[in-house]
Amino acid sequence: MTFLGMPTAPAGVGQLRGDRDFPSAAKDAVQDEQLRRNLGNATATIRAKRARTVQEVPDWEELRQAGAAIKDEVLAHLDTYLQQLEAQVVAAGGTVHWARDANEANAVVTRLVQATGSTEVVKVKSMATQEIGLNEALADAGIAAYETDLAELIVQLDHDKPSHILVPAIHKNRTEIRDVFRREMKGVPADLTDDPAELAEAARNFLRQKFLTARVAVSGINFAVAETGTLCVVESEGNGRMCLTLPETLISVMGIEKVLPTWQDLEVFLQLLPRSSTGERMNPYTSFWTGVTPGDGPQDFHLVLFDNGRTATLADPQGRAALRCIRCSACLNVCPVYERTGGHAYGSVYPGPIGAVLSPQLTGVKENPSLPFASTLCGACLDVCPVAIDIPSMLVHLREQVVQQDPHRLEAAAMTAVAYAMSSQRRWTWALRALRIGRPFARLKRLPGKAGGWTASRDLPTPPQQSFRDWWAER
Amino acid sequence: MRVALFVTCLVDGMFPEVGQATVTLLERLGITVEVPLSQTCCGQMHVNTGYAELAKPLVRSYAKSFQGYDYVVTPSGSCAGAVRHQHPALVPGQQVPPTYELSEFLIDVLGVEDVGASYPHRVTYHPTCHSLRLLRVGDRPLRLLRNVRGIDLVDLPDAHSCCGFGGTFAVKNPDVSAAMLADKVRHVRSTGAEVCSAGDASCLMQIGGGLSRTGTGVRTVHLAEILASTA
Repeated sequence: MTFLGMPTAPAGVGQLRGDRDFPSAAKDAVQDEQLRRNLGNATATIRAKRARTVQEVPDWEELRQAGAAIKDEVLAHLDTYLQQLEAQVVAAGGTVHWARDANEANAVVTRLVQATGSTEVVKVKSMATQEIGLNEALADAGIAAYETDLAELIVQLDHDKPSHILVPAIHKNRTEIRDVFRREMKGVPADLTDDPAELAEAARNFLRQKFLTARVAVSGINFAVAETGTLCVVESEGNGRMCLTLPETLISVMGIEKVLPTWQDLEVFLQLLPRSSTGERMNPYTSFWTGVTPGDGPQDFHLVLFDNGRTATLADPQGRAALRCIRCSACLNVCPVYERTGGHAYGSVYPGPIGAVLSPQLTGVKENPSLPFASTLCGACLDVCPVAIDIPSMLVHLREQVVQQDPHRLEAAAMTAVAYAMSSQRRWTWALRALRIGRPFARLKRLPGKAGGWTASRDLPTPPQQSFRDWWAER
Repeated sequence: MRVALFVTCLVDGMFPEVGQATVTLLERLGITVEVPLSQTCCGQMHVNTGYAELAKPLVRSYAKSFQGYDYVVTPSGSCAGAVRHQHPALVPGQQVPPTYELSEFLIDVLGVEDVGASYPHRVTYHPTCHSLRLLRVGDRPLRLLRNVRGIDLVDLPDAHSCCGFGGTFAVKNPDVSAAMLADKVRHVRSTGAEVCSAGDASCLMQIGGGLSRTGTGVRTVHLAEILASTA
């Protein structure tokens, strides 16, 4: 079902689809012992930290419900809040640009950077610009974009891709990071060790030059307050604030679902986000800015609002709650699938449970048919989501769409046959009796075809001599 | 009190001893158990694989099979979860008696924590995702197990982590499923238990398949079988 022909995120730009399906990408990932150790350690640490800091908030459940309700209010009146935001940003001296998709958003930003005459930009860590592939688009126009978030910088220097929403380099340990710095970072001492303080110092020296020379910065945003046109970025390192204050031109890029009605709503989200995300009571740096302030900070400010499949997502009543997401990544850290595969297997900048529902909705399920199945439906993601997105139910809903839009004939035939057998007492009684035929095969260590996936690492149970119902009938 | 057993398709066809143990246990506690044989499956596999339409007749037939009973009890947290959370959305407005997972029925309906069982073995318990997060059974199974005579109940490390079964997930994503299973098997072995128990035959089929393939000698035994035992 396509919803009123709403356009989805275009192919060939940005990072919402992989070049392989999830099961085959995941197969390689789970065989990487180093990756699994790195991920296992990192996710276990953040999980425990989050659990501790969430536990100390007595009204956490009410906060979650408030977060969900505010986001649902925004989604129900998105047009109103976006126009209010635009009017306030313009009134405060900023310029607002609208983009239907990744291509339009990239073209707008490229044109704005070109207008400044600069060939370099510094970047605040941003999922939105990763989603639309802005760095690649700028590079095509001869503009170098420097990531200033430490983890994002590591990934960029290594010509790698982010594998986690909050910790893009979670798949690397510090020895691997030292090797990347030694190889790719200009002016780094040859005897650099993997001591975290030394690594941070190397990055600090490298970035300081960029901050002092850059004339243009590009950021995403965490929240946009419609009533005043104020934008907000939360971060840990302070590098974002350098970008937001030092350059002459600031270009902020946001998906249209990020708007909030009022400052009072921030009270809810600034409690929910840090505890869910880094497991901190409060994040070290929270920056706010409203348009242009004469004599203080960037004097040229642009806000680029893009859709890229969000309106199509909004049109689906059972899927739209995915747009509540505040990109905290709590669901990644508790997901038993993400913990084993890491983020690259998902093929999208949005990995883990939220990625498995958001990516297929933004692109249309036909272009991401394996992601809704990348979950055991264990429910851990729903338990931790700070805006109570029912990811398991949404995955099931999307699976239905995949079956309708991208049918698998053999599977459909098998499912129909089983449902047929199950829909009559007589047929079901005989079907269970027929299982006995399988008794000699239970010792097989390898089954053919799809069933081979089971026997690759598990033994088969031996079917019983008699089904329960036959035992009951004879009793 | 009219009590019906929903034995589940998997137990009916593959693990009848779990259904038999549930009957033995409930009868020992003075319950007259009925088994309407028109029952087949809750439809969860179809729904969770994307075939909700095929599941709807099964959902209707579930309601018909159990019409008129006061309670339905089932030895599966996952199937009870499907009945309670999926059925109302699939076929709205059906009159169905409340469906309880076994440990819920024993503690919440019968008010029993000591079922008079005896099981002199070292046991570790996997709490299963749907019992924990769909039904919120909490520590009910453990409260029942702690009252079993002779049992040596040991904590399972990282118990709340999924075993990797996930229905058709195990077939569609066999490598990830196997990686999750390998960790579960490692944790079970680390306890030194002879028996790994759970309230779901499906999770036990996965864990048991892994324990058997890796030659651990650890057996999987359903919660109902331990609670039925008077050995």
